[in-house]
Amino acid sequence: MPQESEDKGIKLVSATNIGVNKGGRWIFRYVDLDVYEGELVYVVGANGSGKTTCIKTVLGLIACDEGSVWHAAGLEIGYVPQRIAVSPTLPITVRRMMNLAGRFAAAQIEAALEAVGLERLGDPQITTLSGGEFQRLLLARALIHKPGLLVLDEPDQGVDLAGSDALLELINKIRHDLNCGVLMISHDLDRVMEPDSDVVVLIPHEHDDPLASYAAKPVNLACSSQT
Amino acid sequence: MLDDFFIRALLAGIGLAIVAGPLGCFIVWRRLAYFGETIAHSALLGVAFAILAELDLMIGIFAAASLVVVLVYMLERQELMPIDSLLGLLSHGALALGLLTLSFFPTFRIDLHGLLFGNILAVSKQDLLVIWLGGTIAIATLLWIWKPLVAATLNEELAAVSGLHPDRTKLIFGVLLAAVVAAAIKIVGVLLIVALLIIPAVTIRPFSASPESMAVRAAVTGLAAVVGGLYLSAQIDTPTGPSIVLIALLAFVLSRLALTMFRARKPQNP
Repeated sequence: MPQESEDKGIKLVSATNIGVNKGGRWIFRYVDLDVYEGELVYVVGANGSGKTTCIKTVLGLIACDEGSVWHAAGLEIGYVPQRIAVSPTLPITVRRMMNLAGRFAAAQIEAALEAVGLERLGDPQITTLSGGEFQRLLLARALIHKPGLLVLDEPDQGVDLAGSDALLELINKIRHDLNCGVLMISHDLDRVMEPDSDVVVLIPHEHDDPLASYAAKPVNLACSSQT
Repeated sequence: MLDDFFIRALLAGIGLAIVAGPLGCFIVWRRLAYFGETIAHSALLGVAFAILAELDLMIGIFAAASLVVVLVYMLERQELMPIDSLLGLLSHGALALGLLTLSFFPTFRIDLHGLLFGNILAVSKQDLLVIWLGGTIAIATLLWIWKPLVAATLNEELAAVSGLHPDRTKLIFGVLLAAVVAAAIKIVGVLLIVALLIIPAVTIRPFSASPESMAVRAAVTGLAAVVGGLYLSAQIDTPTGPSIVLIALLAFVLSRLALTMFRARKPQNP
């Protein structure tokens, strides 16, 4: 059951005090995170602070060793990982890839490819795509399912600056069109500090004792007035 | 017609190749060759199972191979060691246990050579029934898990987020592989079964644009290799397994020669 909240609308996911421990070391810890419909939430943090592990935990791909993750019932999630290794021996074309997890009409596929600017690509094998093109294809693949929540892991990695602006603009447009929540890892602090977004900061853990340092507590910056 | 040993071997081999083709593609795409070897190595343990429980040979092998598949599935998640080390452990553990158990039955005349390399004379009418019945079930199962399996092959995390249960799919795929190993024992033998899975798939890879077309073509290529290999084996009296694998290898070399010549002629349009 989606939870209604007075000011923010419908809650999509909620992580409460989550942490992941690997071989006795906490990858990240003490993270609280909510994403509401139509909301943009950034996850930022230094290299090695566990950003990717954190969103994978929120997605349910990794089990958390403490805390809990809640998903709204029937929530459709679109996930765009940072970079994925694709087997070079698997023959698969761009359009076939759009049908990997569902069956969509040609017109729907066309529309999703057009939304990310790949409509002129034709139907090549995915192994021939450039890094930026492949990233856009992953985004199109996530979009076609009309997700309630879009989760992106540094989507502008490996894309040049102009491309990065266009990509983030595109993600914002999608957010407004679909009214979906967006959870996104970013390393670009300038962008993160813009209004209309929430920020979750991950701080690397030197200590396992929460009292050892108050800095080990992540900051939940609500620098937004949801306008 | 089924009284002719050659026809029986041929029909068994055809049934085997049809299932091995698509499964072999996944072995190539997902780099599971060593996983395939591990399952194959458990076949002798399955022979021991079959003798102990007085089961059909292929059923015993299927049971042992499935057991190893489930063990790999469970131990892999513990992340105790790299996957190839884990497979080596299970593979040779199962082989050693199988050989040891078999050595307790000296009164049974076990055709070890036949089990390892295939024996054209070994296919019975009952084997044919088991292979074609099992093969039909295997193909139906494969069609059922096709979509999630292809999605998980591209990327397991994407498949998981889409709710396609890649773990469950992987386990079912492993059991299908166990069935192929069981069906293969009399035709190509346990030592060469992985070759019948891999060679047709890599032979046909450059000529395929989609997973589906590659799977079908691999089955056809494997079928041709089985028919050719069995014919060769009957003609010059060689073990069937090596004959089939050599024909498959020949097809691979010829395909690459053809590809090279084609590319040399049309450099602009590879």
